[in-house]
Amino acid sequence: MAATDWLRRAARVLGGLLALHPAGPAGAAEVPADDAEAMIHVYDGGGVRAVGPALLVRKSLADRVSASASYYVDAVSNASIDVVTTASPFKETRNEVGLGLDYAVRDALVTASFSRSTEPDYTASSLGLDVAQDVFGGMTSVSMGFSRGRDDVGKVGDPGFADQATHWQYRVGATQVLTPTWLMSANLEAIADEGLLGSPYRAARVFGAAVPERLPRTRSSRALKLRAIGAVGEVSSVRAEYRYYWDTWALRGHTVEFGGARRLGDGWLAEATLRLHSQNSALFYSDNATAETEYITRNRQLSAFRDWGVGAKLSTDVPHLPATWKLRATMGYEFKRFDFQDFTDLRTGTLYAHNAHLLQINVSAPF
Amino acid sequence: MKPPVALIALAALALLSGCAVEPWVKPYERGRLADPEMQLAGRPLMDKHREHVHVVREAARGATGVQGGGCGCN
Repeated sequence: MAATDWLRRAARVLGGLLALHPAGPAGAAEVPADDAEAMIHVYDGGGVRAVGPALLVRKSLADRVSASASYYVDAVSNASIDVVTTASPFKETRNEVGLGLDYAVRDALVTASFSRSTEPDYTASSLGLDVAQDVFGGMTSVSMGFSRGRDDVGKVGDPGFADQATHWQYRVGATQVLTPTWLMSANLEAIADEGLLGSPYRAARVFGAAVPERLPRTRSSRALKLRAIGAVGEVSSVRAEYRYYWDTWALRGHTVEFGGARRLGDGWLAEATLRLHSQNSALFYSDNATAETEYITRNRQLSAFRDWGVGAKLSTDVPHLPATWKLRATMGYEFKRFDFQDFTDLRTGTLYAHNAHLLQINVSAPF
Repeated sequence: MKPPVALIALAALALLSGCAVEPWVKPYERGRLADPEMQLAGRPLMDKHREHVHVVREAARGATGVQGGGCGCN
């Protein structure tokens, strides 16, 4: 397979480069610790409920190698605004399997990953290679990575329909220790997509009539994210993040997130977040087009809107366990609000808005 | 005449190596950065789920620092 050959060649070049790099004084990189994790996740908002379990197991195979496997389920019951105004509510399940291999060599960590997600009408596979390297006495960590994804798209009720999409992702990042209590990071990612980039079910509106959406078959996007985290006192921290997104469909997005965390004693950790996102609409988005154009969509994800979320998370070590056991439980909840600026609720004729709830219950066990 | 770019670059590198900056936060001063409240990344599964929710519902994507997998997000 061409992709496997490419990965093999890249790994050889990477191995050669790392072997030439002198070991820094901070010591060698380490593979992530052995861990088993289980999670129940719920998203409920705008008529869509996605619920499921997720599992992750990570085990070191040798001193410098660690393997991981994950399983993620999304049981979706969909009665979203699109579905109730143009089709019938439906249920479907998405299963995702992930495999990863981490290899620590000198001050670098090389990660190869594979994932495959399947739904009744959509299969997505992705291969990735990432490398993170400590430099400057361990004060700086630089990373770069590449993924290639391939999607096979079908259509329920139409066995003759088959299309594909391919995704290339290139990313670089750096994390810098600024002071003994502050660090910051910068990440840049470029994504190129080609193929069917819309939905075979979605309808657009032209002169009030429903027509199948027509999207370009290429899209190229960039995202830049800056993050900083700092200690406050002995047991607390604050953090701030900003991401700017832009692409060739003329979409621009701004995402800001603020967070705080505080150790409460006895292994308890409390966290709070506030997240704000705003974006303009794609060039060919229209709520109800008044001209025939080559491309047209009414996908509200590509429309101008704002959303905000406020969340909290609480973690603790599970008490009263045998001495050899250690379990850490984390529960997270986030309230979200979406306000669309150019998407009409066809049932009421007003601009569409909805609330959403995100719930996560996670248990992890290092072993 | 075209400037000898390679020569200038080499000279600049040689000069820069003379004023190398020492790491100013020593490894023994980084203990606070390892505390649980100081981690930028949380639990991998929880981060992945939250990231998935945002990728499906917003047009912006990428540069999150979270390893993403394929999904039928269209």
